[in-house]
Amino acid sequence: MHKSRPVSLATRGLRKDFERPAVDGLDLTIYGGEFYCLLGPNGAGKTTTLRMVAGLLGPDAGTIAIEGIDALARPEDAKQVTAWLSDEPMVYDKLTPYEYLEFVAGLWRIDAATAQARARDLIGWLGLEDQAHTRCEGFSKGMRQKVALAGALVHDPKLIILDEPLTGLDAGAARLVKNVLRERVARGGTVIMTTHILEVAERMADRIGVIANGRLIAEGTLDELRIKAGAAVASLEDAFLALVASEAAAA
Amino acid sequence: MSEPATMAWLASHELRLGWRDLTSLVTAGGRRRRNAIIAIVVFVVAMHAFANWVVKNYATIDIGADPVTLITISSTLLLSWALLLSQAMESVTRIFYTRSDLDLILTSPVSARKVFAVRMARIAAAAAMMALLLASPFINTLAWHGGPRWLAGYGVVAAMAATATAFALALTIALFRLIGARRTRLIAQIVAAVIGAGFVIGLQILAIFSGGTLSRVTALHSPWLVARLPDADSVVWWPARAALGDITALVAVLVTALLVIAGAIALFSARFGEHALAAAGVSAAAVRQRRTSLRLRPRTPSSALRRKEWLLLWRDPWLVSQTLMQILYLLPPAVLLYVTFRHGTNAYVVLIPVMVMAAGQLAGGLAWLSISGEDAPDLIATAPVTPARVLTAKIEAVLGAVALVFAPLTAVLAFESVYAALVLALGIAAATAAATFIQICFRAQARRSHFRRRHTSSRIATFAEAFSSVSWAATAAVAAGPSWLAVIPMAVALAILLGIWLVRPRTA
Ligand SMILES: Nc1ncnc2c1ncn2[C@@H]1O[C@H](COP(=O)(O)OP(=O)(O)OP(=O)(O)O)[C@@H](O)[C@H]1O
Ligand SMILES: [Mg+2]
Repeated sequence: MHKSRPVSLATRGLRKDFERPAVDGLDLTIYGGEFYCLLGPNGAGKTTTLRMVAGLLGPDAGTIAIEGIDALARPEDAKQVTAWLSDEPMVYDKLTPYEYLEFVAGLWRIDAATAQARARDLIGWLGLEDQAHTRCEGFSKGMRQKVALAGALVHDPKLIILDEPLTGLDAGAARLVKNVLRERVARGGTVIMTTHILEVAERMADRIGVIANGRLIAEGTLDELRIKAGAAVASLEDAFLALVASEAAAA
Repeated sequence: MSEPATMAWLASHELRLGWRDLTSLVTAGGRRRRNAIIAIVVFVVAMHAFANWVVKNYATIDIGADPVTLITISSTLLLSWALLLSQAMESVTRIFYTRSDLDLILTSPVSARKVFAVRMARIAAAAAMMALLLASPFINTLAWHGGPRWLAGYGVVAAMAATATAFALALTIALFRLIGARRTRLIAQIVAAVIGAGFVIGLQILAIFSGGTLSRVTALHSPWLVARLPDADSVVWWPARAALGDITALVAVLVTALLVIAGAIALFSARFGEHALAAAGVSAAAVRQRRTSLRLRPRTPSSALRRKEWLLLWRDPWLVSQTLMQILYLLPPAVLLYVTFRHGTNAYVVLIPVMVMAAGQLAGGLAWLSISGEDAPDLIATAPVTPARVLTAKIEAVLGAVALVFAPLTAVLAFESVYAALVLALGIAAATAAATFIQICFRAQARRSHFRRRHTSSRIATFAEAFSSVSWAATAAVAAGPSWLAVIPMAVALAILLGIWLVRPRTA
């Protein structure tokens, strides 16, 4: 059923070696309007993969296509439709959230009227009205993450790439982020995200990819993964652990 | 290793940290290690040659000197002491506000008082180390020409470092009590810088206007002052006498210094813990910007980047003050040169090299801030803007800021002489471009708050920056002459840039 949809992100033979291969010939295909969760044990290569897709790291081999654009040949065009958010929100201490959004809108060449409407919506939505004109220097991690998220959304990306966006957020903030992402997907946006909270993947993902040692070892909907892992497993956690264990045994 | 949690154990911990800090440059290994050793040897030799040139003639000064000589020595000591004091104040405030291991220490069951006592002693020891290293070429030269009695200078320098540290502790604690933890940081750093620069500037300017000669000591020899000096055997002269090799005076000075630093540590170590806790509890003040309209202005990526750089610079009084402080140190030579050549044909010409030098230094700092000190590198790297465009916008921001500072001065000069203003403008442009170029070659990813540590991250860049600024200043000075010989320093300046280009770190 996915096959008829346009492809949002496609990587072929993606490879990055540090001392040893961190990403080892990865083929990922993510469709438009899909919520895709990338799971894997620590050091599996999730962050490395996403950083290559976001254009933060050059791959040693392979291709990346975002919305049909060759991201290695035309990085600026690919970045125009992409947003990146890491677990460590980096905002400028001396700028206010509003100025931060203004800066991001400038970088993405969003015209002022559009950016303004979106900024107002996002700030209201994320509950930042009271802090909209206060410098970020005293903000908690959750508040910074909200500002960074607003920055990622203010240019209306087609593909949102998130690396563990929920770490360190309280239940309310995490719920807010999840809602925002769900809403993006409902409106046709594509989300690829890594998380260690399996429950989030279970609830939110349309499809889940499991990687270990830089290779994709399983992919599919929750049910498909359960079946692949073996008849006995009930939860995603069981499935995940079984898959990773069998991969480790094979290696 | 000694029993844990005793003073000796803590001291050995501090000693190890201090030692690693000190040797990190030499133990880097490989080519860096070799280069570091070569640089150190060259530096030591150069310092001795320089010291020989400066102090050779003073080696014959006798122990039983008269008050007029003693006041000269004393004021030199006082001057150096001021610099030591400003260094020590920086170290002391750093202890308060560097959170790295303070959390661990304050939550451990070791008495905070002990920890701070040891740490204060470390500051004093580090200050003494540094002072001894810097003074050693001078003392060695004096001893070489004037006999071993001059070696007493080492004792005097150590005593000066100890008392300077004690004063820095007292001053910082006093600031804490008076203005609280939040503002102490900024104020203490500024006070430190002003003490450092102020003494130099004050004394030089005094000398200049009292005699109109280059000699710094003229004011100290004025009849008015000589008539009021204490007798030759007064206690006031003991440090100076100790420096000349008077053993009794040396012992007295050392004992006094030891008592002062021990007293300060005993007195303040208990307070220090409290204040460190207070500093930890400092909240970043919520600064609301005046602007409350929800109107976004349309911007291109380049203008957004430039504006961001300017806003960040403007809103960081701490960084701005640090940068401007560098320029402050250039004031005395400016005044000196100005007054010296005031009666020459084209007096303003001597201001040109100083301003070019200042522009180079300012540009170096700003370029580091905007090119290396990017706090959201991921955002910039994932934005649909080419890296070249980002770099261009950042360079424009630096050039714009430098232009803003120096344009008025250049304009004023243009009323005197259009040619001189032109040379100045070109010199500033060249020095700024060169400093920016050096920072681009050595760019790294760092947090802005590490601004003060940038010099340790690349010594080559720091030296190159200084030499490049000097060369461009010389070029401008000669060109303002006017003389075609300016091409010589210009060639040197360009050679420095070429050298930098060749040795730049090549990381993908
Ligand atoms: N800059 C780097 N230099 C050297 N090795 C690196 C670098 N970045 C990642 N690695 C290595 O690449 C491998 C994959 O790291 P990566 O950060 O992608 O894992 P991850 O799946 O995101 O793990 P985690 O769940 O802990 O975030 C690890 O073995 C890591 O040590
Ligand atoms: Mg990771």
